[in-house]
Amino acid sequence: MAANKNNVKIEVKNLKKDFEDLEVLKDISTTVYEGEVVVLIGPSGSGKSTFLRCLNRLEEATAGTIIIDGYDITDKKIDINKVREKIGMVFQHFNLFNNLNVIKNMTLAPLELKKASPEEANENAMRMLRRVGLEDKAESYPSQLSGGQKQRVAIARSLCMHPDIMLFDEPTSALDPEMVGEVLQVMKDLAAEGMTMVIVTHEMGFAREVADRVLFMDGGYIVEEGPPQELLLHPKEPRTIDFLNKVL
Amino acid sequence: MVRIISVYGGMLLSAMGKTLLLALLGLFFACIIGMFFGILSVLKNKACNIIAQIFVDAIRGVPMIVLAFFVYFGIPYFFNTTIGGFNVSLTALQAGTICLALNCGAYMSEIIRAGIESVDVGQMEAARSLGLSYGKAMRRVVLPQAIRTMIPSIINQFIITLKDTSILSVIGFPELVNTAKNVQANTFMAFQTWLIVGIMYLIVITALSRTAKLLERRLKRGR
Repeated sequence: MAANKNNVKIEVKNLKKDFEDLEVLKDISTTVYEGEVVVLIGPSGSGKSTFLRCLNRLEEATAGTIIIDGYDITDKKIDINKVREKIGMVFQHFNLFNNLNVIKNMTLAPLELKKASPEEANENAMRMLRRVGLEDKAESYPSQLSGGQKQRVAIARSLCMHPDIMLFDEPTSALDPEMVGEVLQVMKDLAAEGMTMVIVTHEMGFAREVADRVLFMDGGYIVEEGPPQELLLHPKEPRTIDFLNKVL
Repeated sequence: MVRIISVYGGMLLSAMGKTLLLALLGLFFACIIGMFFGILSVLKNKACNIIAQIFVDAIRGVPMIVLAFFVYFGIPYFFNTTIGGFNVSLTALQAGTICLALNCGAYMSEIIRAGIESVDVGQMEAARSLGLSYGKAMRRVVLPQAIRTMIPSIINQFIITLKDTSILSVIGFPELVNTAKNVQANTFMAFQTWLIVGIMYLIVITALSRTAKLLERRLKRGR
């Protein structure tokens, strides 16, 4: 589904992020529209993950503004928990709650935040599990699942909060190769349904197939951006060319 | 030996009861103190961290016998004489409970801090990213996992605290060691008296640690 240019979901202006005296993000500005799938690529240490983590304030911006659905999340007075309810996040290492089984992982936040009654939350969770093809794992514990299954549950867990935006932080980097496909398929389905997605990944094939726009980051800046066909096949910046030569 | 058991057995048993009472009271308050300072030390707030650190350092840096004298004799003296006008007095049980609670609480706080820190930060991040507050994420996700790793150390600390009650014989609380000193003074049978007392401690503590092992195994299975 194409991006809806009339509806801005994420607006980042002159974002800067320092860790003590290390400047990770120097000056980042970009806009993500409703239904758009944006893929971030770049060498390790280029600030991709830090940028993504700033978008739901897991990292506090040092300077600049980030506006999510009209809420300025760099404003200290804003209730960040409310904004986070609408932003799903999927992590490299899945981060399923090890003390809870699959269904409880998925219903914890909806129940704690009073988004649904227990029956509704369970029903909804089962629907999401079916969607990722894991309805038979509802009672399993995370330790009993494979990496690919864990990541699909993690995606389904985020979906239980009915987010408007999904952030993916290298969702397939910790998986065995034969499990990458099943996770990417779930993400493709989501993109096809019109979810707004920002994805940090090293899967160039996936980027080419699913992204509306690819951002190449290096040294704390967005060096180059464009539609995947253009950026991945005909990059202009020397640093982009150099990076793509190494990974493709 | 038989004479000690038949004449003083009841007295030693009731002293053991007092030892257990003191240990339980101390442990109860130690858990509260430990939880409080343990949480303070993991909060993302420098002032809270420093307060917790000072408490732990202060208690760990003083031998418990000194703490016992300080609480039992020092504090009432301070209020009644140095400031004057107060009439504060602590019973040996109250003072003993305070000492154990402070001492064990400091170590518990360190166990709780380490337990919380042993849980992968990703667990907290995932919970926060779903919109849960810090407190909810802590209570529902991090603490349940932390407690599982803390249990062996907590039980170990319970055993140490139970043994530490013997130090409180110095402020005159009639626990097992204090009572045994009287038995020895009356009978002059040092070897037999302390052998019996040693065996009594051994039985109670072994029973406690066996139960603990059982509990630990059940928790692991019930993950």
